[in-house]
Amino acid sequence: MIHDLYAQLRPELLTLGAALLILLVDLLQAPARLPAGRQAGRRWIGWLSGLLALGLVSVVWGRWQELSSPVHLWGGVVTLDRLGLVFKAIFLLGVAIASVGSVDYAARHFRHVGEYYALLFFSALGMMFMASAGDLITLYLGLEMATLSLYVLCSFAKDSPRSGEAGLKYIILGATASAVYLYGSSLIYGVAGTTQFRVVGATISWFGVAPGLIVGGIFVLAAFGFKIAAVPFHMWAPDVYQGAPTPVTGFLATASKAAGFAALVRVFLGPMLDASSAWLIFVVALSALSMAVGNLLALSQTDIKRMLAYSGIAQAGYALVGVAATSAVGTMATAFFLFQYLFTNLGAFLVVTAVGSTEGNDQISGYNGLSRRSPVLAAGLLVLLLSLGGIPPMAGFWAKLFVFWAAVNRGLYGLVFIGVLTSVMSLYYYLQVARAMYIEAPGEKPSVRLTPPIAAAIIICVLAVIGLVYPQPLLNLVHDAAARWF
Amino acid sequence: MPIPHPLTIILLAPLTAAILIMLVPRTSFLAVRLISAVAASITLVLSSWLCWLYLTTGMHGLQFADRLSWVAGAGISYFVAADGVSLSLVLLTALVILCGVFASWTVTNRPKEFYCLLLLLVTGVFGVFVSQDLFFFFLFYEIAVLPMYLLIGIWGTGRKEYSAMKLTLYLLLGSAFMLVGILGMYFSAERPGGGPPTFDLTVLSQARYSQSFQVWAFFLLYIGFGILAGIWPLHTWSPDGHASAPTAVSMLHAGVLMKLGAYGVLRVGFGCLPDGAQAWAWLIGCIAVINIVYGAYVAMGQWDLKYVIAYSSVSHMGVVMLGLAAFNEVAMNGAVLQMFSHGIMTGLFFALVGLVYEKTHTRDINAMGGLARRMPGIALAFTIGGLASFGLPGTSGFVAELLVFLGTFRAHMHSYTLGGVPLFLILALIATIGIVITATYVLRLLQRIFHGPLDEAKYGDIADAHTTEWVALIVLGLMLILIGVYPSPLTNLIGGSLGPMLP
Repeated sequence: MIHDLYAQLRPELLTLGAALLILLVDLLQAPARLPAGRQAGRRWIGWLSGLLALGLVSVVWGRWQELSSPVHLWGGVVTLDRLGLVFKAIFLLGVAIASVGSVDYAARHFRHVGEYYALLFFSALGMMFMASAGDLITLYLGLEMATLSLYVLCSFAKDSPRSGEAGLKYIILGATASAVYLYGSSLIYGVAGTTQFRVVGATISWFGVAPGLIVGGIFVLAAFGFKIAAVPFHMWAPDVYQGAPTPVTGFLATASKAAGFAALVRVFLGPMLDASSAWLIFVVALSALSMAVGNLLALSQTDIKRMLAYSGIAQAGYALVGVAATSAVGTMATAFFLFQYLFTNLGAFLVVTAVGSTEGNDQISGYNGLSRRSPVLAAGLLVLLLSLGGIPPMAGFWAKLFVFWAAVNRGLYGLVFIGVLTSVMSLYYYLQVARAMYIEAPGEKPSVRLTPPIAAAIIICVLAVIGLVYPQPLLNLVHDAAARWF
Repeated sequence: MPIPHPLTIILLAPLTAAILIMLVPRTSFLAVRLISAVAASITLVLSSWLCWLYLTTGMHGLQFADRLSWVAGAGISYFVAADGVSLSLVLLTALVILCGVFASWTVTNRPKEFYCLLLLLVTGVFGVFVSQDLFFFFLFYEIAVLPMYLLIGIWGTGRKEYSAMKLTLYLLLGSAFMLVGILGMYFSAERPGGGPPTFDLTVLSQARYSQSFQVWAFFLLYIGFGILAGIWPLHTWSPDGHASAPTAVSMLHAGVLMKLGAYGVLRVGFGCLPDGAQAWAWLIGCIAVINIVYGAYVAMGQWDLKYVIAYSSVSHMGVVMLGLAAFNEVAMNGAVLQMFSHGIMTGLFFALVGLVYEKTHTRDINAMGGLARRMPGIALAFTIGGLASFGLPGTSGFVAELLVFLGTFRAHMHSYTLGGVPLFLILALIATIGIVITATYVLRLLQRIFHGPLDEAKYGDIADAHTTEWVALIVLGLMLILIGVYPSPLTNLIGGSLGPMLP
């Protein structure tokens, strides 16, 4: 029994184990509590955490081979399938890259280095349960576990008042979103008499769409909209992104956003799929608003973290286009989108970390002449920004192409048109950074100091983005997962 | 001896050179230039050889195909092949890039990055001309557009950042229209034999599309490609962009990149959606005539040498579009020949403008005068270009414009009339007025710059072109006369391949 459970939930249990292991070795190894800035001796914990996360990705891959049809545990509370594994791989890769990328940052700014990495794993564990939830309550537990860890992570830089402010802002708005989610769930429970997705789905297909179910569904959608930072639930994102420690921002912007989408797909392309005629208009509106408002507000930003926050809002809009397609192709496109977005955006935030630690701030003007100060880093950031802007043949282009493709297939021409036009608009602000790096004079600024861990993390991200120029292998995987889901 | 995969080699030569240049140390200027020159020569030799082979062995249709599946599920494959139209434009690109490499021999500000981006851009241009997969067509198009931002932004002059951003956003807006049109074609193609959806252009051009779809999809493609071809009123990026760009980039941009737009309209629009093309022919024709007359008229009022040439490009691209709109073999042959001729001509012009500016440090044509005495070679080349510009017999411009106007006069298959007179007859008549205006501004330009009294104090010690600067002048100048005197190889090359695109 125990052994069987372990076999089924290997990735989750081992993630928990990894988090505890890090806490343990940190406790045993730490001679005394050293102040922030004197943690240089414990850089290896970051490497260890990265390696553990990579090992967990291979465990996920092992599960992928075994799991050809979905498994429902505990009467359907947890659903294990390949689509969930795709998302789990995204979260764990996010932990791996963020861990290695924050080795220096953690040593310089954090007092509790071990806890930092452990919290990343705890957060990922919550996300993993979100991605395989088969029940509204499981989903809530996963959501809370993921978000609570992130609240702490956002306020982890004790030397910066902004970090504390970010954490506070996030927890207040996040708690509101949780409440909205619970209220929506209670309405769904009231109508369907159950919290289980399978039964809710059956209720809809037998008895049709009850009004209470739709109202509940819209509340749940709003909570997920908060999680993925879609307009009009995006207000928190720029402030939190700006204040949080930059590697955490990267993790928040990619893995956490992917978790929100995992939940969205679970609920709305799962039990609520038959009611799509009622909620589709809301998803389309969220998507169109996010693309338009996110890109518009990003145009005038001077702080690169805020700019990337607004860009992330717009990117959520693009990923929502795939959800709005309500098809296997659309789900595939969204999963592909989030996969490449992990590398693209996390890579960009790691470059911001590196430049920010040399410059002391995150102004775009700090990138002036970067191409002459640090040519390789500038070229790397250029690749990542072009990918975010959807310029072929980068990964981001394929992702946008697939979501638009799925939407055109469903006749959502208007949404695609908005998407294509706003992508052109978005190039303006991505090119502003390129302009600073390549056209502006460097002045007296020093070259950016890169240490091996963060350089390695950035190189992995850039190579992944370039490697996805040939998208077929990844596409095969997500296509398989999405086809089995539908 | 046959060379395997010639088109792929043409694509890879500049790309490989760009990568090699990245690896060369920052200080070895000469190595950077030599690598670029070698890559450009390879493309020129190969493309002329392919043209010769195509003509002499009586080939027809698409040849030299290479195919590699890319995203099998979505029907995307790397598929390059060329017919006479593609080959003539590939030859044009190779000529212009070779001359462009020599014309930028004097770039000393970050030459490594300059040549790297220039070669990347050219890879994109070659890619568009030889891609027979609509998806890769689009991809290469973007590769051809993006480096332009940095090329103008870093090495440009004047309001370079404004121009670079304006150009990039305009062209990417065009590509947004294109992408929607392309995706629409991909999903709406009804193929007689059935089969999974594909981006294969040869398949899409055989497919059937409903009338209403053709009408709106053609319009999207026309706007998308038209922005790049400089159609009025979406042409404003082009004078700014050309005026701010460094010499080689202006040459490539006006000479080759604007042709990508016209080529796209021809290959994708006319080739796949003939009914849509018929429906919009009146609009294309009218806008083309506005381009011709308005472009020439504005060029007449410019004092900045680069702006004169830039507006003349807007005017000449109108001739290309008019030829396409007439939609018959003679006019279309003329249109493609005009693409080639204008590419050579404007490449020559921008090379000359670069030289004149380098020597006089001004682009204001009022500040010059009598320069022919100091630089007779440049003056001669400028005169040849100018004569070709207003279509003097014996230059390539004459043959091209003659064919276009002849074809337009004959374009009776259109049912559009204006007061009982066929619309295209009227259009052809108005367009010929443009020729007169062109003659006016070109002759005025020649007179102001090269004739009249010479300001000895300012220009006493300037010299004619030297060493590498001659390459562009001689190669491009001779080409203009050669095609003017003996156009039949080129017209045969083009004419033999237009069949599938004609109604």
